[in-house]
Amino acid sequence: MIVTVLSNESLRPGASDLRIRADASARRPRAGQFAHIACGDALLLRRPISLCDEEAGVWRFVFEHKGPGTRYLAARKPGDTLDILGPLGRGFTCEPEDLPTLLVGGGIGVPPLLLAARRLAGTAHAVLGFRAASLAVLTDELASLCARTAFCSDDGSLGTRGFTDAVARRLLSETAYARVLACGPRPMLRAVAGAARAAGVPCEVSLEERMACGVGACLACACRVRAGAEETFRRVCLDGPVFDAETVVW
Amino acid sequence: MDMNRDVNMAVPFAGLTFQNPVAVASGTFGFGREYGLRFDIGRLGAVCVKGLTLRPRAGNPPPRVAETPMGMLNSVGLQNPGAEAFLRDELPFLRGFNTLVIANVSGDTVEEYAALAGLLSDGGVDMLEVNISCPNVKEGGLLFGTDPRSAAAVTEAVKRRASVPVMVKLSPNVTDIAEIARTVESAGADALSLINTLMGMRIDIRTRRPILHRGMGGLSGPAVRPVAVRCVYQAARAVRLPIMGMGGITCAEDAVEFLLAGAHTVAVGTALFKDETAPLTVLDGLDAYCRANGVSDIRTLTGAMIIDS
Repeated sequence: MIVTVLSNESLRPGASDLRIRADASARRPRAGQFAHIACGDALLLRRPISLCDEEAGVWRFVFEHKGPGTRYLAARKPGDTLDILGPLGRGFTCEPEDLPTLLVGGGIGVPPLLLAARRLAGTAHAVLGFRAASLAVLTDELASLCARTAFCSDDGSLGTRGFTDAVARRLLSETAYARVLACGPRPMLRAVAGAARAAGVPCEVSLEERMACGVGACLACACRVRAGAEETFRRVCLDGPVFDAETVVW
Repeated sequence: MDMNRDVNMAVPFAGLTFQNPVAVASGTFGFGREYGLRFDIGRLGAVCVKGLTLRPRAGNPPPRVAETPMGMLNSVGLQNPGAEAFLRDELPFLRGFNTLVIANVSGDTVEEYAALAGLLSDGGVDMLEVNISCPNVKEGGLLFGTDPRSAAAVTEAVKRRASVPVMVKLSPNVTDIAEIARTVESAGADALSLINTLMGMRIDIRTRRPILHRGMGGLSGPAVRPVAVRCVYQAARAVRLPIMGMGGITCAEDAVEFLLAGAHTVAVGTALFKDETAPLTVLDGLDAYCRANGVSDIRTLTGAMIIDS
């Protein structure tokens, strides 16, 4: 669909906050789903960007400027149009349950957890980690959308010093959770999945892989998973990006 | 010409009739299920399905794709469920559309190619596309496509077992594509498709490691188009076989170049990843081009490039 940019603001140096109005016919995105966005005539491939938030048909993307695609998106002005496919992929399980859900986000893996927190209607707990306070995004918003929020950073400039899995491990030992939903760098996901397994709590992780078609046809974005006794490749774009952590071959 | 008169878009091709010259290229379209949700596959001239092997293949570890200037490298490694699973689980779905189904096949040995030809032509596909040009597997693949004797051996073996027309997919990674084209024609091929991807490589200068897990991969997209047009031109001058031209086609103007160079049909591949309906854009654009240029029959464009002496 061709959509109009409503706003595009800098969240901090190197990170943008882009809002678009989706077509009335577009499906309502679930947390963890992504949009596949064309980034101008000069770039052949679309860029998969996670949905950060959705309210009343306004979709929000928070992303870091990493290469020519995200720099193109960062330069869009209100009123510009974007060519978007989506929402695509399998999202997080976000159903309010008797027990709270624990969200664990690292760095630029944090944005999709905002939509998860919204869908969980204020019941979620969150652990949010960044390399440093200067690189943090969405901290106030997530704090207001979650029942409990804990922060950590590699250098101690935000919250406790250390990694998210250590904080998650502590929360998992203190509180009974329905499940853990995690998004962030792969080593973090692996560590968080280990913490959830040790606590006997189901865990879903959002994986990333270089992607081409975005709809499941080209098999470029493979990730290795266990299916029964065998290992096989699944498509991050269609079978994921969210996977049951127990099936992921790290 | 009367702009309202219909343009004849049907193309006879190796004993079959394409309702129009626009196909989708193997490996970019899966078995049609994903793009089948997005447009009517029945409007296509043909679907070249994802490359099939005798046994299921898991494919290569990621990363399998890297973007390049107006192109992309892929190293999927022929991930597929195997020919029998294709016939059982996928072909009935594709048969629900008014389009030709072309089974792309790869083997590690000549015998495997022959077995696939028997299995799939008995299974009811319309045509075989023999992949002797895959750059992303250890054995077979490209080796068969760069050595004329091997290419001939595979073609002969497939022809002996096939009961449907046989199209051989050529690699651009050769010194003389006309020589391979002539060899494959002599070995009994009914048609040629070209080009498969060009071998390429990208290196992450931060980590000093190749971006693709396997190091090298196959380059496709608009970046390869002039090479592809040149290869089609050279092959068309060397053989009498019908040719399916492909390599970086994104719009009708690109497709017309291939037809003028000597292709009878064309395939759209990588362009799908940016524009999900690219094959229909090409098809509708070809019709418009013909109307605007007084072409009443698309077939008259094939090989119609003019060379001023």
